[in-house]
Amino acid sequence: MSTRLASQGRLIDRSKTIEFTFNGKRMTGHAGDTLASALLANDQMMMGRSFKYHRPRGVVASGSEEPNALMGLGTGDRFEPNQRATTTELFSGLSAQSQNHWPNLEFDVLAINNKLGRFLTAGFYYKMFIHPKPFWKHIYEPIIRRSAGLGKAPDKELKDADTYEHFYFFCDVLVAGGGVAGLQAAKAAAASGAKVLLMEQNAHWGGRAPVDGGTIDGLSPDAWIEKTLAELAEMDNVTMRSRSMVSGVYDHGYALGYERLNDHEPGNGAPRHRLWRIRASQIVTATGAIERPLSFSGNDVPGVMLAAAMRDYVVNWGVTPGQKVIVVTNNDDAYRTALVLHEAGVEVVRVLDARSAGGGALMEEVRQKGIRVECGRAIAKVKSGKRVTKVSICAQSGVGGAQEEVSCDAVAMSGGWSPVVHLWSHCGGKLIWDEAAAHFRPDADRPPLGDNGQGFVVPAGSANGPMGLGDVLADASAAGAAAAEAAGFSAVKTAAPEVSVQDELPLEPVWLMPAQAEVSLRMKSWLDYQNDVKVTDVQLAAREGYESVEHTKRYTTLGMATDQGKLSNINGLAMLADSLGASIPEVGTTTFRPPYHPISMGAIAGEARGKIFQPIRKTPMHDWHEANGAEFEPVGHWRRPYAFVRSGESTHDAVMREVSNTRERLGLLDASTLGKLIVKGPDAGKFLDMMYTNMMSTLKIGKCRYGLMCSENGFLIDDGVVARIDDDTWLCHTTTGGAERIHGHMEEWLQTEWWDWNVYVANVTEQYAQVAVVGPNARKVLEKLNAQAGGGMDLSAEALPFMEWRDGKIGSFDCRAYRISFSGELSYEIAVPASQGRAFWDALIEAGQEFGVMPYGTECLHIMRAEKGFIMIGDETDGTVIPQDLNMQWAISKKKEDFLGKRAHTRSHMADPERWKLVGLETVDGSVLPDGAYALGEGVNANGQKNMIGRVTSTYHSPTLGRGIAMGLVKHGPDRMGDVIEFPGTDGKVYKAKIVDPVFYDKEGAKQNV
Amino acid sequence: MSNLASALNGASFNGLAKVDEVGLVGMITLRGDLGSAKVAAAVKAATGCAMPQQRKIEGTLAAGAAWMSPDELLVLVPYAEVNAKLDAMNAELAGEHALAVNVSDARAVFRVSGAASREVMGKVAPVDFSAAEFAAGDFRRSRLAQVAGAFWMDSEDSFTIVCFRSAADYVFGLLSVASNPQSGVGVY
Repeated sequence: MSTRLASQGRLIDRSKTIEFTFNGKRMTGHAGDTLASALLANDQMMMGRSFKYHRPRGVVASGSEEPNALMGLGTGDRFEPNQRATTTELFSGLSAQSQNHWPNLEFDVLAINNKLGRFLTAGFYYKMFIHPKPFWKHIYEPIIRRSAGLGKAPDKELKDADTYEHFYFFCDVLVAGGGVAGLQAAKAAAASGAKVLLMEQNAHWGGRAPVDGGTIDGLSPDAWIEKTLAELAEMDNVTMRSRSMVSGVYDHGYALGYERLNDHEPGNGAPRHRLWRIRASQIVTATGAIERPLSFSGNDVPGVMLAAAMRDYVVNWGVTPGQKVIVVTNNDDAYRTALVLHEAGVEVVRVLDARSAGGGALMEEVRQKGIRVECGRAIAKVKSGKRVTKVSICAQSGVGGAQEEVSCDAVAMSGGWSPVVHLWSHCGGKLIWDEAAAHFRPDADRPPLGDNGQGFVVPAGSANGPMGLGDVLADASAAGAAAAEAAGFSAVKTAAPEVSVQDELPLEPVWLMPAQAEVSLRMKSWLDYQNDVKVTDVQLAAREGYESVEHTKRYTTLGMATDQGKLSNINGLAMLADSLGASIPEVGTTTFRPPYHPISMGAIAGEARGKIFQPIRKTPMHDWHEANGAEFEPVGHWRRPYAFVRSGESTHDAVMREVSNTRERLGLLDASTLGKLIVKGPDAGKFLDMMYTNMMSTLKIGKCRYGLMCSENGFLIDDGVVARIDDDTWLCHTTTGGAERIHGHMEEWLQTEWWDWNVYVANVTEQYAQVAVVGPNARKVLEKLNAQAGGGMDLSAEALPFMEWRDGKIGSFDCRAYRISFSGELSYEIAVPASQGRAFWDALIEAGQEFGVMPYGTECLHIMRAEKGFIMIGDETDGTVIPQDLNMQWAISKKKEDFLGKRAHTRSHMADPERWKLVGLETVDGSVLPDGAYALGEGVNANGQKNMIGRVTSTYHSPTLGRGIAMGLVKHGPDRMGDVIEFPGTDGKVYKAKIVDPVFYDKEGAKQNV
Repeated sequence: MSNLASALNGASFNGLAKVDEVGLVGMITLRGDLGSAKVAAAVKAATGCAMPQQRKIEGTLAAGAAWMSPDELLVLVPYAEVNAKLDAMNAELAGEHALAVNVSDARAVFRVSGAASREVMGKVAPVDFSAAEFAAGDFRRSRLAQVAGAFWMDSEDSFTIVCFRSAADYVFGLLSVASNPQSGVGVY
């Protein structure tokens, strides 16, 4: 059984007991425990079921590389799936649920998949579920979804209770990893005066050195770590963060750090995670190494564990996963586990060393303790079940025959160590295969390159290949100094610490155990625990022709789970190389991509949630709208009132009322969001003549002109009224959504094409609150303001005619009044400084009472412009429409030599008489045409679909005319006035509409020109 | 004048740092050749300030000039005097190709103050706020999370921030969230 030991446990505080639950069962642990160590202390060896076969699984590692012990953590609005028990610090009240079992962990119906294993091989889904086609959606997919998959998604109705944030940080040297190598590298870099940020993913510093033993500068590793931390804390140029993982390295020294502030005490008011967005000149990766499993049959039975992880549980948390342990290895390091277990009073049944000659000094030490060591021996298989009970032993060199059965309750395995090269590789650092150590390590000659072609990542310690303590510290010292030099500092020579540690003999690569294992053993030899990929799956892929490691990965799903193959990748590609008869470096690795370890979605979103999820732009009158029934619609990042709905009124009713009131009395529109660009300079007129299809240079001061803008491909991109302010200044109105886009468009042409023209552009959209005062009473209300407060602006038809503007005072307000109309009514658009906007609006509402004033929204605006046949960018245009399609030849200057779009308009397709053109549409029965509906023509096209001859671009019920009106683009439309065409709706009905002139109301323009 | 209102009527929040809406400030966008004597004279006439260097600000909120781009300055004057200052600038700029335009009402202004103000700023803007890299007189035209913004330090522990008026609510919310008293970073 797995249990708490009486001694050991350097990270736990036995005086503090913590209660938690696992699958609803109450358990206790100690402060300093991880969830994994606490579960082991409670003899909870089985922690979940596997992805595909639903095999029982226990914890196999002790850190972020853990593939099996994934939990659903927390409840309700703090529930999160797929959390590693090994990286979850225990806290009071923690609630964990195992995953991937149905109905429960102990008894799982779908474990039958295990018996069907021979059918569920690599590529099974691709081969099996192709036919018959309808089965996929209704039968296969629901079953597969039930049987596969890891954790449950959080309740979609709940919102994450926590907050998150980002933090930008800049340093000369970022050191990823706070083990002894990271500490030494940080110290060496900081000695030069470089600004250093040191991040460690765990809560404790020093990595695994205290577990592995030896001395550093005559001190125990623990004492040296404490001393070094104290030295670093004294230095002003060093920032240290624990519980912070460098999760990714990106272009030009950008890196992400993932700080977990309160996962160990949820709900303490602090943000849960902080994403550090770091710019570093140099990045030192002191990320250590990960032990590899051995591929033998039953290597996934709960109780089979990495040798170093088992040592961690004993030394760090005072927990032993078993009472009778077998150690199996191909290297000397695993003997340390035997020694640690022996020291803790755990029986080490046997050490199996796959090397025929065995190991060195560590092996001798183990033998001296009376532990039986067998060389050239291997595990043939571990008996299947919910935990280890029996192991069959055989010769490593054979096929797995002549087995000896031995009882035990845990197995510690070690297949050697792989440097953690992820951060080195994220941004393009290359690897070399180290034959002697049987691992990939960074190729110092091919680092990731920065903006000037310089390398910007320096690997340090065992992440760079060296595994012995002395070599690790010497390498880290050099790496820290090299990073500081590369960041522009003069490195101060920092002597590498003196260490004492036992020498080790080289390992012997073991990719399959036993070496010639027969198929029945290989079928139960796991490479990727989390995705249930076995030795036979990779071999099958190779037989089927998958030679590229990237293809094999996708075919077998090797390394594609949430652990990204931290344990499985090297074993898997070695197996592929073996099957292909190629060398390991020939096969190569798959691509390492960030993040190193999954980070929360919350951390990525940062503060962007709730009220600040997205900026909502507000006009100075926004609060008034909100308080007066406005139903908003998004227009860019603005929220504009769609309609002002009164109590007891439907939205449609409100819109109808607003149209009628504006046409008959007085309406107010908040038009502040319209873009306003100042264009000034000696060449401004020439420039605007290029920007617009019509002539703007000849516009007289004090006058306005409506203009169209095309892209260089001739398509309509914006429209608006241009006012000539003075000799060399124009003010261009754009659509609400076009302000920033058109500003950028103008700047682009000025900066890249006409850089020698003297023109400046400024976006003054937000300088003004703009109110459209519209309707027969528009002049009266403004004159009343003048009468009340002595404003001087003459608003008469003579003093301020249609399509002109004036500056002056209206009432007590500083105004620029434009006589322009998008509604067909008498209309003034009045711009006041935004700071006066709310007061101006209030004054109009108050003064307008006697004239029947009502505010109106964007839908009313749309209906009124449609009644007048005015086009709307985004409705009548969609990026494929040119002014000629809209019969707007009148707005295209024929005098100008050039303008943007002119050449494009002469292309054959643009000049094609078959292009659909704008017309008005009136339903025969007065109903409203469906928006976007297509008109049917004769015959069918090459695909057998009915031919289309037009489509609806705008459609409304007009309260003014008491019927449905619409605009649309129709083939030969202007030549077909009076024809009735058919628009099938998605509601099954066919709508009949007559082609008419698009101007439905006041064609002469008498109403606006009074 | 009773007609006037700033975007948030002087809203404030007290947390890790103090966040205050400053109120109306006179601002002029000046585009022109920053090496020209006439442009320099216009800046001097409006503010008394010399031409700011790249990423720097001269003067104060009441009379200042900040570098916005190779051909653009932000000129700071008292709100009530902005038209008079514009006239003075335009007089100096006669015959020069330049654009001076009032943008006072297009903006909202905030102050973030207190010992943690560097950290609060470091959560919203991609700028190195360490004392060695950012001090009084430094100026950045950058972004505040998802919107455009510019900022500078008036004194140690106090930043002035300018954003678009329509985004005032967002920026105030952003700075308040970043000032959560429980969210200190502890690096500056």
